Amino acid sequence: MANVPADLKYSKEHEWIRVEGNIGVVGITWFAQDQLGDVVFVEMPEVGRELKQNEQFGVVESVKTVSDLYCPVSGKVVEINTALENSPELINQDPYGEGWILKIELADPSELDSLLDAAAYEAFTKEG
Amino acid sequence: MNESLKRTPLYELHLKLGARMVPFGGWEMPVQYSGVIEEHRAVRQAAGLFDVSHMGEFEVRGPQALDLIQLISTNDAAKLAVGRVQYALMCYENGTVVDDILIYRLGEHRYWLVVNAGNTRKDWEWINAARERAGLTNLELIDRSDEIALLALQGPLAEEILQPLAPGAVLSQMAPFSLSTGVTVAGVQSLVISRTGYTGEDGFEIYVKAEDVAGLWEVLLEAGEEKGLLPCGLGARDTLRFEARLPLYGHEIGEQHNPLEAGLGFAVKLKKGVDFIGREALARLKEQGLTRKLVGIEMIDRGIPRQGYPVAVGGEVVGEVTTGSFSPTLEKNIALAYVPVAHSAVGTEVEVIIRGRALKARVVETPFYRSPHKR
Repeated sequence: MANVPADLKYSKEHEWIRVEGNIGVVGITWFAQDQLGDVVFVEMPEVGRELKQNEQFGVVESVKTVSDLYCPVSGKVVEINTALENSPELINQDPYGEGWILKIELADPSELDSLLDAAAYEAFTKEG
Repeated sequence: MNESLKRTPLYELHLKLGARMVPFGGWEMPVQYSGVIEEHRAVRQAAGLFDVSHMGEFEVRGPQALDLIQLISTNDAAKLAVGRVQYALMCYENGTVVDDILIYRLGEHRYWLVVNAGNTRKDWEWINAARERAGLTNLELIDRSDEIALLALQGPLAEEILQPLAPGAVLSQMAPFSLSTGVTVAGVQSLVISRTGYTGEDGFEIYVKAEDVAGLWEVLLEAGEEKGLLPCGLGARDTLRFEARLPLYGHEIGEQHNPLEAGLGFAVKLKKGVDFIGREALARLKEQGLTRKLVGIEMIDRGIPRQGYPVAVGGEVVGEVTTGSFSPTLEKNIALAYVPVAHSAVGTEVEVIIRGRALKARVVETPFYRSPHKR
């Protein structure tokens, strides 16, 4: 049932990151959106904000719950997914695609080594 | 999950349907099956089936049954006819709320009190203590919560789905807040069926023996499937009741709030002719005038208000959100909140403090939603 693409890196806070050059695309995992249920609101940081690894940068809210978002790596926000403002359900429908949340310019690519690979993340979600 | 949580007889069937189970009021209950929004819309447009077997049921019977009920209830049970259901509150001496309840009059001297699951133990002790203090000996008080299961079939198609399964009853003749006893539904003899619910839609609540509920659940789901009926969890139950401004214990009412400021004055009968617990305090509050009121709020800025978030006017905190959510029917972010009477008029601009930011909102009419289908 779990949906954990092999080409991504994962945090224990259930964010994923896809690295393209020095830009990382960040979103929440299929597991996270499934746990949340219907996503109805996403609060995102402003473009240009500098984030540290594991810093809280926004929230994602379902009908019932508010969940904090943490940045898996340090860097500067270069783009946010403005489509989520009117269509937060994209996070449920396509968490690794159209439901991406932000793009960040990596400050320290070595931080990626501290993240989980797909197998480790999948094992982590099964620990409960 | 916590081992001490109770389970309804439908627990295994919920798991089979893929429900997500959560702790609620001491019970392990389904919060959602297919999704809160989809379930919510099913109830508004077609029908939904809820397992609410966690609710508590106390039977009061005997010549002094009415005396006990009048003592603990803010409403006037002397006006409750056999075959009818009445909403009421139980209050503390200071006028705040022990619980909100439904009173069913099943016979001349026979009543049921239906109480919130999480309050069952507290209510039971409260009622017994009141009985003892008043020396009411000529009645029986029985906790039937464990032997009774409860299904709520809610939505504009509820009657259409239920009627073919209950050929012995004429459901179209059942008015809101009426009840029937002993109706056979799909071969199961129900204890009580009432035209009541907690969703703001038309619908029925069906009380059966615990051992009969699993069969009935499956028959109702199957019978309603082609009409769009979905099994619904507590998530949708909460958003549905919230849009209809139905109060929830621990949110709009509780030890911090009295029924008058909660807008439940219709269920407080200060002049019912007999004393009840909390009457004096409520009469005084009414005479002095309310200081705060429960109002509806709609967000202007982007953000979802949640329980406990402060409400401010001109930068000064004046109140607090009791329930807040995205409204699946209105597709807006709305809340119920207590604010001072001076800031309670419809149209008043207020701010809700969400994660440290004061976001614009305005006071709006409630209920947020009124069913076009409801009888």
